[in-house]
Formats: sequence, C-alpha cells, structure tokens
Amino acid sequence: MLDKVRPPGHAFATARPPDAIRRYSEAERLTHWAVALAYVLLFISGLAMFHPFFYWLSAIFGSPQLMRVLHPFIGVALFVLFFAYGARLWRENLISKNDERWLAGAWNYMNGRDEVRVEGKYNAGQKLMYWSMVILIPALLLSGLVMWRPWFAPSFSIPLRRAAAIVHVFAAFVMFIGIGVHVYAALWTKGSMRAMTQGWVTRRWARYHHPGWYEKVVNQKDAP
Amino acid sequence: MTNDTLDLVRRSASNENAPRIRSHLEVAKLIDISRCIGCKACQAACMEWNDIRDGIGVNTGSYDSPADLTDRTWTVMRFYEKEIEPQGLQWLIVKDGCLHCAEPGCLKACPAPGAIVQYSNGIVDFNQDACIGCGYCQAGCPFNIPRYSKFDNKAYKCTLCSDRVGVGLEPACIKTCPTQALSFGTKVDMLGLAAERVSELKERGLEKASIYDPAGVGGTHVVYVMPHGDPELYGMPRDPTISPTVRLWRSTFARTLGVLTMVSVFLAGFFHWMKVGPVDPDAAPEPKEPTSSPQKEEV
Repeated sequence: MLDKVRPPGHAFATARPPDAIRRYSEAERLTHWAVALAYVLLFISGLAMFHPFFYWLSAIFGSPQLMRVLHPFIGVALFVLFFAYGARLWRENLISKNDERWLAGAWNYMNGRDEVRVEGKYNAGQKLMYWSMVILIPALLLSGLVMWRPWFAPSFSIPLRRAAAIVHVFAAFVMFIGIGVHVYAALWTKGSMRAMTQGWVTRRWARYHHPGWYEKVVNQKDAP
Repeated sequence: MTNDTLDLVRRSASNENAPRIRSHLEVAKLIDISRCIGCKACQAACMEWNDIRDGIGVNTGSYDSPADLTDRTWTVMRFYEKEIEPQGLQWLIVKDGCLHCAEPGCLKACPAPGAIVQYSNGIVDFNQDACIGCGYCQAGCPFNIPRYSKFDNKAYKCTLCSDRVGVGLEPACIKTCPTQALSFGTKVDMLGLAAERVSELKERGLEKASIYDPAGVGGTHVVYVMPHGDPELYGMPRDPTISPTVRLWRSTFARTLGVLTMVSVFLAGFFHWMKVGPVDPDAAPEPKEPTSSPQKEEV
C-alpha cells in the first residue's frame, strides 16, 4: 500500500554513492564488531585484575566476582568469532614481495608522504596486524584456559599456572598495542571506519589505498 | 577475619595505606615435630572452633585423613615413613597448614583489594567477602596451601585463629594439643623455645635437628622444629620463596610498564594526528580527467 504513494526511484536513504565499492560484507562487519565488543570487555576486565588502580572497572560487570566469571567466557567468544572471521581472510593476508617495499615506506607514509602502492586488499601493516592476532589470540586462549577457575586450572600444575599468567599478561599488552594501532589507523585513514560500519568505500579511496584491489574489483564488475 | 582491622601491614591489590594505627607483637605457632603423636586433636579442634565439617573422604591406605587440605580442612596431619641413618625407620608426622609467611605469595598474587590481609601480628588472613575466586593465591603460595571451594568459589586456609588471637586467646589447635607439640606466643619467644628444643634433640643424638623458619619468605609465623633437619623429609621445600614468575607478574615494574604502554599508545595516536592529520583521498576535489568537461559533470 505504502509503496504506491512513493514516487518511482525512491529507495532506502543512504550516503552511499551509486558507484561505491563494497569492501566488507554484512557478515564480516557484524563479526568484526562482535569481536571488537568482546575485546573491549576483555580488556577492561583484564586490566581490572591486572592493576589495582583499575579495579573500579569491575563495577561495569556488576560485581568483581561476576567479572571474574565472565572474562573467560567472553574470551572463548572472542576466539571463536575471530577465527570465524579470520578463516576467510588468510589468503588475502599472505605476505608478498611488495609488502617489504610498503613497510620500508611506512615511516614516510606516517609522516605525510605518499603511500607505497598496495597490490592486495590489505597493506603490509594490516597483514602484520592480522598475523599477530592469529598468534596472540590462541596464546591468550591457551594461557587463559590454564588459569580458568574452577573448570580447568585444577588440572594444571602450579608452575604451569604461574607461567600461564605471565604469558597471558604479556600477550594482552602486545595485543593492546596491536589493537591501538589498528583503531588509530582506521581513524587516521578517513573512509576506513565507514568501510567497516557501512561496508562501502569510494572509488577514490580504493584507488588511493588499495589500487591493485581496486583494479581487480572494477575489472570483475565491468566484465560482461 | 577478625574485628581487629586497624593493624594491617599488608593489604592485597592496594596502593593506598592500609589502616595500621595499631601495632601488635609478632606471634608464632611452634610445631615441634619430635613431640607430635599424630592424634589429630588439632584437626578436630580446628573443625570445632571454625565450625566447618569436611565431607566423608576416601581411605588412601595411610593414616592421612583427610588425604589433603581442603576448603574445609585447614590443617591436616601428614604421615611419612622414612629410613634415616643412623636411627633407622622413622615415622614423621607433620601438621600441615598455612605458615603465615612474612612475605606472603598469596597476598602478592591476589587481584582483589583487601581479599588477603596481613596483620601486624604476622597473621595472613583471607577475607572471603572480597574474594573473587580467581585462584591466583594458589599460584602465589610457595607451600601449596590455599584451597578453592567448589561450594562458594572462594579460597580458604588456616586463619591462625585470627579471631581468637585478636582477643587475646591462643589458636584452637594449640589449646587442644595434649603433648605440647604445639606452642603459641610471640615470635621471639617461640624461636627461643624452638632453640631449646633443638638443643635437647641434639643432646639425644639428633645432630641435624633444626628450626624451620624459612628466610626466603621473610620467615614464617608458623615455625617447625624438625628433628632430622632436612625439610624435604617432612614434605616442605628447602628454600621456599615467592616464585620469580609471580614476582614479575605482580611487580610494580610490570604494572607500571603495562600502564605506560597504554598511555604511550594513546599519546602516540594523539600527537601523530596533531602532526600529520588524517589521510583523506576523498577530501580534495576530483582531478579533471581529459575526457570530462564541466558541463558533462553537471548532467
């Protein structure tokens, strides 16, 4: 009924230009943000248990006990979601010869000079982020399992639980650096955040940041 | 926990000063293994005073009953049969439980403010109200003492009857011991008594007799007289210390480094933005391509 009063050509209102390029699918975006939410909760609760100064953050979880109970479950959720998402990305994140050149030019790029041409969907910095998470997240999961009260910790020796605590804390802080760089890079390169929230990038964005990927996508699109 | 809370020398996961206006003499329990007959009256007294009963356990084929410390068994007699030269077969009976270290590893590892405290009298006490059930105290303890309750997910151990000591009584186990294997008093007095006992044992030919008050944890507030000297004969570590891993994990260094890392990430981002500003391929006007004209673009 309502459709009839709408003028022809009326559509869902969006800022998306008609020639925009899709960068992340709905499933990718939703999984990415589920991982991000899990990460924020894990970092807050982990920090509360790591440093007394931040213990007040436990109030976010209702009570410190509940925080301690939830932390490992959220950790498992992050692991599962990350690898559900990451399993689709590994091929695009394989390191290539061009990545060395990009990394060599990364300092210049960060200081306002032009970016070295990127061939794939991801630049070398993004690839490093990906592979560091592929290593860190299982390290956090395994060391976390060893400490997980009351389910798993009793099965492990006390020296192993001590070692797990160190591994867990260390990996968590390396991960914080990685995520910090990731978030900042997304804010710094305007248009990236929109790619992950709305899914699309402009053609100019794609040509500038990922020319190789752009050419591939456009050729596929234009193919008869 | 006792009501005597104004004499804390340590408080877990707390940067602020703990209330410490009161100060008491350091106390100690002396366990003279040479006098212990393994009657387990101390175990019964511990259950009585603390009003907790363990479930029916399993017979493991030794006198150890229950077989181990549990959340509801805060002290347990351990029986060891050892061939020791020149005395021959010896039956060693060790009353196990918290040693109340001067430098408690449990307290160092604990992430919950005030869940573990140390009073000026030396007693290390768990405050289960503040306990979050993480089990880190078990990782911190060099003696494998804290036990985790599956019933309420909190950690428990011997309190050295802090509630009795706080009002001038001796611990329940001391009160009940029929052979004076257990004594209680100031740490200085107990070390004096221990030295007397050791010299008596040496006179009886036990030349290796020694006092167990391990310096690696700053000394303990439960002190043993070990007739045969070597702590390992009695199932105790020779030189217990807080594990270097736990020290590093809970060190001010690691905590400060963690916070500095976080702050650095924020500052680096903030100042980078202020220096370079964002990369924005869409910001500048589209460069004119040779084939396009202004009229064409307007269409």
